[in-house]
Amino acid sequence: MTARRGIPVASLVLGAALSVAGCTSVFEVPIDTPIQAKLDVTPFQRVHVVGFVAGGAEDVDANMETVRLLRSQLRTKSRLRVIEADPLPLQQVAREQSAPAARSGNGGGATDAAPVPGTMPFPARIQDEKDLEAYEALFANAAYWKKIGEEFQQPLIVTGTVIFRPHQASGIVTQEREVYDQFGRRQVVPMRVYMERKGYILRPKFVFIDGRTGAVLYQESYREERLYPTQQNVPALSSFFEQMDAVLPSFLNTLSTTRVRGSRILLK
Amino acid sequence: MLALALVLSASGAASADARKDAQSQVSFGISVAQRGLWQEAVFRWERAAEIDPTYAAAYNNLGIAFEQLGKFEQAGKAYEKALELEPQNLSIQQNYDLFKEINDRAKRNSGS
Repeated sequence: MTARRGIPVASLVLGAALSVAGCTSVFEVPIDTPIQAKLDVTPFQRVHVVGFVAGGAEDVDANMETVRLLRSQLRTKSRLRVIEADPLPLQQVAREQSAPAARSGNGGGATDAAPVPGTMPFPARIQDEKDLEAYEALFANAAYWKKIGEEFQQPLIVTGTVIFRPHQASGIVTQEREVYDQFGRRQVVPMRVYMERKGYILRPKFVFIDGRTGAVLYQESYREERLYPTQQNVPALSSFFEQMDAVLPSFLNTLSTTRVRGSRILLK
Repeated sequence: MLALALVLSASGAASADARKDAQSQVSFGISVAQRGLWQEAVFRWERAAEIDPTYAAAYNNLGIAFEQLGKFEQAGKAYEKALELEPQNLSIQQNYDLFKEINDRAKRNSGS
């Protein structure tokens, strides 16, 4: 009898102890948190990815690839209608705007909308970030962008700069190696090894311009880098898309609400 | 002495009842949240917090629900209340840390 009564008492004591120790049931639950868009794009019906001032690796046309990629993403993941027009030759436009000929009105098309005196010489070829400085005045030329906006019924204009260049680095990296102990058991251990690696750096800057006024609404820069072992021959274009994949969610979040997936722990 | 013991015993029983009622609300909230009915879950967990304002789980779960609904300010307050009640609870701390990352991103987007 004593023994029989002892069990519930013991379980009560255990229960109380667990309760005091704060032991609770836990349930992992997936959540989908909405993150509001960075820009209010409700005044716009259309978006025009006009092109980018781009440079770096010779085997990838960073301008055309970026235009194609952003347009295809916007077509499926934004409510804005994407304007399908040839990208603008922005490097040429920038040069014309800063040239004396443009100031006297000899330029052609939209480029003579508002010449901007260039203060920096244009590089013969854009190879890295510092070569882009001469082109910055182009994005601030509101009169030019307003004229482009008028041609395309005042859309949201997406432009900017893209550098995609090769990069090499050597140093100590941690790799996982399989080892077998004296009993033949397999283990995976981290090992630090010296390695020569090559890859690419991607530096896009996206500039969002109001096609009604020509004013810059928002701009954001990114930096991605991928390095691969020298014996791994990764095509430049493949690395370009791999890095753009990392940047795209943030780009799209500029124009539309995105949802971030995660999980949390519900308590009882 | 006997009267004091009776009063303490009665208040203990009352708070145990409150916790039990709150727990049943929390349980129901969990079952509906797992089916994606977050508004209903919020209603249940708010009710649980009203019944037993010392019940950290109710506030933790409210934090999660508000996060899911994009109500970041309310989510932050709920998590903070849960942590105030159970500062050593690692699950609440982990949820709060993950929430702060999302909240920082949302704040950057809104420019505030």
